[in-house]
Amino acid sequence: MIRLALLIWIAVFGTAQAEEVVAGLSQNRISITTNFDGSEILIFGAVKREAAIPDSGELGVIVTVSGPSEPVVVRKKARRLGIWVNAHAVEVDSAPSFYAVATSGDWFDVIRDVEDLRHKLSVARAIRSVGAPADVENAADFTSALIRIRQEADLYQTKIGAVELTEETLFNTSIALPANLTEGDYSTRFVLTRDGRVVDIYETVLFVQKVGLERFLYNLAHEQPLVYGLLSIFIAIAAGWGASAIFRYVRG
Amino acid sequence: MQIYLPIAEVSVNAFLLLGLGGMVGVLSGMFGVGGGFLMTPLLFFIGIPPAVAVATEANQIVASSFSGVLAHLRRKTVDLRMGTVLLVGGLIGAALGVQIFNALKAVGQVDLLVRLSYVVFLGIIGSLMFVESLNAIRKTRAGALPTRRKHTWVHSLPFKMKFRTSGLYISVIPPVIVGICVGILAAIMGVGGGFIMVPAMIYLLGMPTKVVVGTSLFQIIFVTAFTTLLHATTNFTVDMVLAVLLLIGGVVGAQVGTQIGTRLKAEQLRILLAIMVLAVCGKLALDLLLMPEELFTLGNGGHG
Repeated sequence: MIRLALLIWIAVFGTAQAEEVVAGLSQNRISITTNFDGSEILIFGAVKREAAIPDSGELGVIVTVSGPSEPVVVRKKARRLGIWVNAHAVEVDSAPSFYAVATSGDWFDVIRDVEDLRHKLSVARAIRSVGAPADVENAADFTSALIRIRQEADLYQTKIGAVELTEETLFNTSIALPANLTEGDYSTRFVLTRDGRVVDIYETVLFVQKVGLERFLYNLAHEQPLVYGLLSIFIAIAAGWGASAIFRYVRG
Repeated sequence: MQIYLPIAEVSVNAFLLLGLGGMVGVLSGMFGVGGGFLMTPLLFFIGIPPAVAVATEANQIVASSFSGVLAHLRRKTVDLRMGTVLLVGGLIGAALGVQIFNALKAVGQVDLLVRLSYVVFLGIIGSLMFVESLNAIRKTRAGALPTRRKHTWVHSLPFKMKFRTSGLYISVIPPVIVGICVGILAAIMGVGGGFIMVPAMIYLLGMPTKVVVGTSLFQIIFVTAFTTLLHATTNFTVDMVLAVLLLIGGVVGAQVGTQIGTRLKAEQLRILLAIMVLAVCGKLALDLLLMPEELFTLGNGGHG
């Protein structure tokens, strides 16, 4: 049934699509090594057309990079008996660990609100929050606090006008990945809009992985925790003994 | 030089960590405290996730205490017998403490309780020690002989044991209880517990100050090694890279600290420790009393 609906959808809209987006990343794999200190990826692409450039409104490009999503608890402090304690908590059901969105022009010129709602492109829409407990007022404050805190850590970025669009065909931008990046598959979306309506979306994945020593230690810690724990203690004891021996030798 | 920590999943400056380790190591060697009560808040401050900071700090304390205890063993200022008795209590306490920690975590206010217990314990111990050592210094200045230890209720309990190095003949019950209390606090607060044990040994058990430092370090090695293992196997939060960086600085610092410690008088040592304890207490109390700049904090959802 679904497949049939899909076939019909393709038959109706697929061929009618006049413009398509083709794009790539400067690298599709980010390796987190011991000296990893953030990275910058270059993103480039082009608009593919079978016909002449249509004149139905202005062309826009939006690029999003989104890290793996997970639930986050946002707590708010309040003064109780003279001290500041965590008084309220709201669980945000799903928030990406990293989210960057870059556009080719002003936000509302590039995309209509209803399209943003459907495709969840802006930072605020990328976060899914179903409901707050009844005793919490202003639940929206909690999601905006989440966005604010992560924006300050460069984990959420909104870069208006950062996509450079040439001759309504070629586009490019770059996105800086911060040093405190977590592992996972980062989905990258290229959205082509005309007159604020989404014309085409192309998706690809950026793999972020720990490699080498980082990979080894992470795996060991999770797969052989007892060995890892004992090894940690052994290193500690050896270092303690080593320092003591060296100091004694130095002093003769 | 930036280094990416595999478990903490953040990138930090390696020299900053070496420096922090060294600084705390000096204090650890001087006072026989693990230094965890200083290091753990410092690690929070530079952006290490609290769970990783607490677990990794336990691992680092193993190294600095071991380095320190070797120096004390050579000078024969470790009461191994007393240390073992304290250790038995400590291990029982640590196991209990982990249970309490998990129970509090389920209630959701573990952060506040950890902070409050820091403020309360550091405040009480710091001020008691400060007043006592100030009096002692005044007395020695005045030329009076130090008062002999009083005979208290501690001396009238059963199961007496001879502790030759400390020159004590007391019941094993008080040291075991001290050990249990320290173990519980160690597990909850993510520290070695030296800053509580050292005063308890001096004032409660009446041990000579010179022996206290080495004996405390001896007990801390085992309790923190046990805690490290518990954290590594249950929470996977021990970051080996972070631990190695901290402990390289720490072990060197501990050696330096032990040397400084031998040149200072016992009262001076105590008053310095008291001032330090009070400073940390004051900082934590201010954090609780003043309005924080950011009212909101983020935490892991789903499983906590």
